[in-house]
Amino acid sequence: MTSMIEIRGLAKHFGPLKAVDGVDFEVRQGEVLGFLGPNGAGKSTTMKMVTGFLAPSAGTIRVCGHDVSTEPIAAKECIGYLPEGAPAYPDMTPLSFLHFIGEIRGFFGAEKTRRIEEVVRKVHIESVLHQPIDTLSKGYKRRVGLAQALLHDPAVLIMDEPTDGLDPNQKHEVRALIKNMGRDKAIVLSTHILEEVEAVCTRAIIINRGRLVFDGTPAELDGKAPREVVRNRMDWVFRSLTTSEVTEKPGLAAVGGVA
Amino acid sequence: MKNLWSLSKRELASYFATPVAYVFIVIFLLLAGFLTFQVGGFYQREQADLVPFFTWHPWLYLFLVPAVTMRLWAEERKTGTIELLMTLPITLPQAILGKFLAAWLFALVALVLTFPIWITVNALGDPDNGAIAAGYFGSFLMAGGFLAIGSATSAITRNQVIAFVLSVVICFAFLLASFPGFTEFFEGWAPEVISEAIGSFSFSTHFDAISKGVLDLRDLVFFGSVIAFFLFLNALILEAKKAE
Repeated sequence: MTSMIEIRGLAKHFGPLKAVDGVDFEVRQGEVLGFLGPNGAGKSTTMKMVTGFLAPSAGTIRVCGHDVSTEPIAAKECIGYLPEGAPAYPDMTPLSFLHFIGEIRGFFGAEKTRRIEEVVRKVHIESVLHQPIDTLSKGYKRRVGLAQALLHDPAVLIMDEPTDGLDPNQKHEVRALIKNMGRDKAIVLSTHILEEVEAVCTRAIIINRGRLVFDGTPAELDGKAPREVVRNRMDWVFRSLTTSEVTEKPGLAAVGGVA
Repeated sequence: MKNLWSLSKRELASYFATPVAYVFIVIFLLLAGFLTFQVGGFYQREQADLVPFFTWHPWLYLFLVPAVTMRLWAEERKTGTIELLMTLPITLPQAILGKFLAAWLFALVALVLTFPIWITVNALGDPDNGAIAAGYFGSFLMAGGFLAIGSATSAITRNQVIAFVLSVVICFAFLLASFPGFTEFFEGWAPEVISEAIGSFSFSTHFDAISKGVLDLRDLVFFGSVIAFFLFLNALILEAKKAE
């Protein structure tokens, strides 16, 4: 159980706006961390800093023991990243796209072909391999993005809303895939769906206005809701931590439904 | 090195994935032919050289190079692939050079396809092929200068049309730098050193000598420095604007 991601005092300011304001957490191997928070809370910004896309205003990030600011290449080599919206070159086919990613990740010849075949099977994109990415459905695009992130079998996997826009079957498939990989990787995924946290995550953190407001297991998150709340208990906790609304109205009825 | 080639290869393939590359090459060849034979009076001059061909290259590049470079970074930013690219284990200089080299190779392909004009002039007379080779080399180098400007401007915006217009304007200023109307504007109030310095940044002045077959080290250094400077600027712009 070694720590694969270590974040200390992380901050990012855009002018006067403090998008991320002093965040600390660690992710160990074998953990699947659900990264929660309202829109604009700083989830994506944090992920962009961990993956080396944005430079932090303050604090340090170590991935696989490498400082992202001073050894960016070594850190990026051990990360697989699915950015928000799963961007990919629209003119390319998934196959040529994966060949490109493979070469950049240092695979050539038979090794490259083997890895591409393996990952294509894993995310089920066999049928669209020769179609321009531009013409693919949202679900397929997401899976191509996932294939790209998994190609080098990274020790650390970071996914910004991996199931956003997928239909229930696809969601189920992606969750099973994540759960399956969770044993030997450190995985961070952001999501708005709290059942997803319960289904795949071993731990959850909630960020609000750039600060951590919860860090614990899904069960602990669930346990924070009063006994009166029967349905959507996690939603209730989420709302009580990220808005002032819930705590001000002890009635609870509007939120979770009372038994 | 391997990374650089993978990046260039992908970029170059994307030119040919859409009709852009073919349209560009056909228009470049048609315009080059038209300007050389109709406007430049290739036959009427009765001289076996390619001066009327090379003379037009700065003007051809003025509009065609920005069309090649406008998508380089603007499209990466618009589709969000820049986030993917910059989180792959490559360095920023590799990413910039990879794209630039792809565009430069593409320009080389267009230039090489003008070879019938070289065959024509050799069939009609006995030209100085050394001078022609120098002209081609100079033209290629100048294309690099324009491409570097275009690449840097493309990083400023997510909008390809804005990138195109901006880089035409900047390239135009570099072309005109030595023209009387342009230098006179400075002569009235700026010290002579400054108006001369501005004039010395002119692409036309540096290319004129090369197009006549004179390879002067100073001209080569000039285009080399323009390329290096604008690619460096490209890196600064990307670093500052990639998050937007």
